[in-house]
Amino acid sequence: MPDLLLDIKGLETQFKTPEGIVHAVNGVSFGLKEGETLGVVGESGCGKSVTMLSVLGLVASPPGKVAAGEALFLGEDLLKMPAEKLRHVRGAQIAMIFQDPMTSLNPVLTIGRQLEEPLMLHIGMTKNQARDRAAELLGMVGIPNAKERLNDYPHQYSGGMRQRVMIAMALSCSPQVLIADEPTTALDVTIQAQITDLVKRLRNELGMAIVWITHDLGVVAGLAQRVLVMYGGCVIEEASVTELFASPTHPYTIGLINSLPRVDRNAHSRLYSIEGQPPVLYQKPHSCPFAPRCKWAMERCWKENPTLDPVADEHRVACWVDTKTGRPR
Amino acid sequence: MSDNNDVLLKVSDLKMHFPIYRGVIQRQVGAVHAVDGVSFDVRRGETLGLVGESGCGKSTTGRTILQLYKPTAGEVFFEGTNLVSLKREEMRWMRRQMQMIFQDPYASLNPRMTVGEIVGEPLSVHNVAAGKEIQERVAHLLELVGLNPGFAGRYPHEFSGGQRQRIGVARALALQPSFIICDEPISALDVSIQAQVVNLLEELQEQFNLTYLFIAHDLSMVRHISKRVAVMYLGVIMELANRDDLYLDPLHPYTQALLSAVPIPDPMADINRKRVILEGDVPSPVNPPSGCRFRTRCPIADKVCAESRPEFREVRPGHFVACHLVS
Repeated sequence: MPDLLLDIKGLETQFKTPEGIVHAVNGVSFGLKEGETLGVVGESGCGKSVTMLSVLGLVASPPGKVAAGEALFLGEDLLKMPAEKLRHVRGAQIAMIFQDPMTSLNPVLTIGRQLEEPLMLHIGMTKNQARDRAAELLGMVGIPNAKERLNDYPHQYSGGMRQRVMIAMALSCSPQVLIADEPTTALDVTIQAQITDLVKRLRNELGMAIVWITHDLGVVAGLAQRVLVMYGGCVIEEASVTELFASPTHPYTIGLINSLPRVDRNAHSRLYSIEGQPPVLYQKPHSCPFAPRCKWAMERCWKENPTLDPVADEHRVACWVDTKTGRPR
Repeated sequence: MSDNNDVLLKVSDLKMHFPIYRGVIQRQVGAVHAVDGVSFDVRRGETLGLVGESGCGKSTTGRTILQLYKPTAGEVFFEGTNLVSLKREEMRWMRRQMQMIFQDPYASLNPRMTVGEIVGEPLSVHNVAAGKEIQERVAHLLELVGLNPGFAGRYPHEFSGGQRQRIGVARALALQPSFIICDEPISALDVSIQAQVVNLLEELQEQFNLTYLFIAHDLSMVRHISKRVAVMYLGVIMELANRDDLYLDPLHPYTQALLSAVPIPDPMADINRKRVILEGDVPSPVNPPSGCRFRTRCPIADKVCAESRPEFREVRPGHFVACHLVS
């Protein structure tokens, strides 16, 4: 595949816990093209955040460990990069925003100071240049009286405004990739709508590629072009957003989409539900991680973890069963 | 409000202001107007959805109904009895009939008690059962919510979020109440588990003819579970109507904006939608705007909206709206 910004191959991440080693990410591979928005969907513990943290070298070690795989950014492996060089990629070329805007800002530094820091560090601006640019950035993300508000501290901002600040900070060095880890989960729906709108506008203006991690299929539907669905530390389905919602193919994706009530229509009398619970992975999965909850499961599903194989153009699924016919694929 | 015979709970002009104290002598300097005059009925056997964004007072409303907070003003009638005027002991007796399921299944179960003790506690506290009978009732309750009765000896940390919420449901059912306040019962759960818990709540409602006040911020789930829906903003109910009237024909500008902001899990549906993006944030409930609470963010606000508080009036049969500009 040409012009891949990020090319992740066979990524595996593990955590040492008192109960044993947890295999959080088990052989995840995907690519990110220039300018595209990739949604990564899954429930808590499916490995979606850990995957992206591993790529950026942000998994605390110990207890975490990236055990295998490559994470190529413009052809260079981020996992083997010296710490100093990686620090320059992170922030300047690949930026990240986190779920909780309350805890990801430093409470004892002014907003201005926190915005200026990456500008001086990565781009080498002077204090004054950075100050002007910081005000510009705050204005860009829609904060009124940007210049005066640089002197405020994070507690003087509301949740939605703090997330705007995080976005301004992430975009300050014009990164090629923005990784957003559940950036709207802690926010109310009306504020969430403001933030997703802002991101769409900035994406069109600045043209960066985005990886948007979320558990909310609704947000993905409105924002992403391509989607990865994760379960049990593996990518189980990958498709364009229209394809995924029009013909979901993995039993888990089907269940997930069907179990959602919709605000724009009356649901059936009973919600479709996936019985059972997501797994905790004390072993590397040797069978399909979804098999215990799957109504299609066959003998093979208990013996072999399915590989991610194409079922249509740009649509890949990790399942031994053809869910349209119920027969082996 | 309509004089419906099967009104189980009637809330009228309920207010809950939390005082703010400052200084050495702890003088009261203001109040958080968490709930500021809400009125609604809950009819027997129905589910009334109460939706709103964080800080709008929906949970406080629920807690004030159960007299977990002493209301600043207003009345709450449950089967004709005014709960506000009851003495402590009398209220304790009433609570047998009204129970609550809490949002956080991790914080609402005592980690040092076994599941059997948690579910059985209401029975012994209210002297409904003793000894062996408690154990039998607990086993039955656990079965009812889809848990293995053999789990009674285990502790909460051994269960997943969805299972814990089932334990919370079993505890709420122990005294065979007629009315249950569900305070965001599914918002801490994963998507695939939410449907399980909602299905369980619906099955139990049918089986025991339960009445629910379902408090949530998830408008999609509220549409699924409720018969009627009330929308709150900054301590006030803005709109209340039958589910279909509210979702298909919202009259209040806040309801319209709120519904249009909910993401729809379908890329095709999302393209053709008209979206109303509200500017700014919810004002502080310490110092709420004059007149209509929503006027500072309202796309159609007029002069009159700042001058007087809109009356909560019935504009169509069963459809109540608090807005000057809706006719």
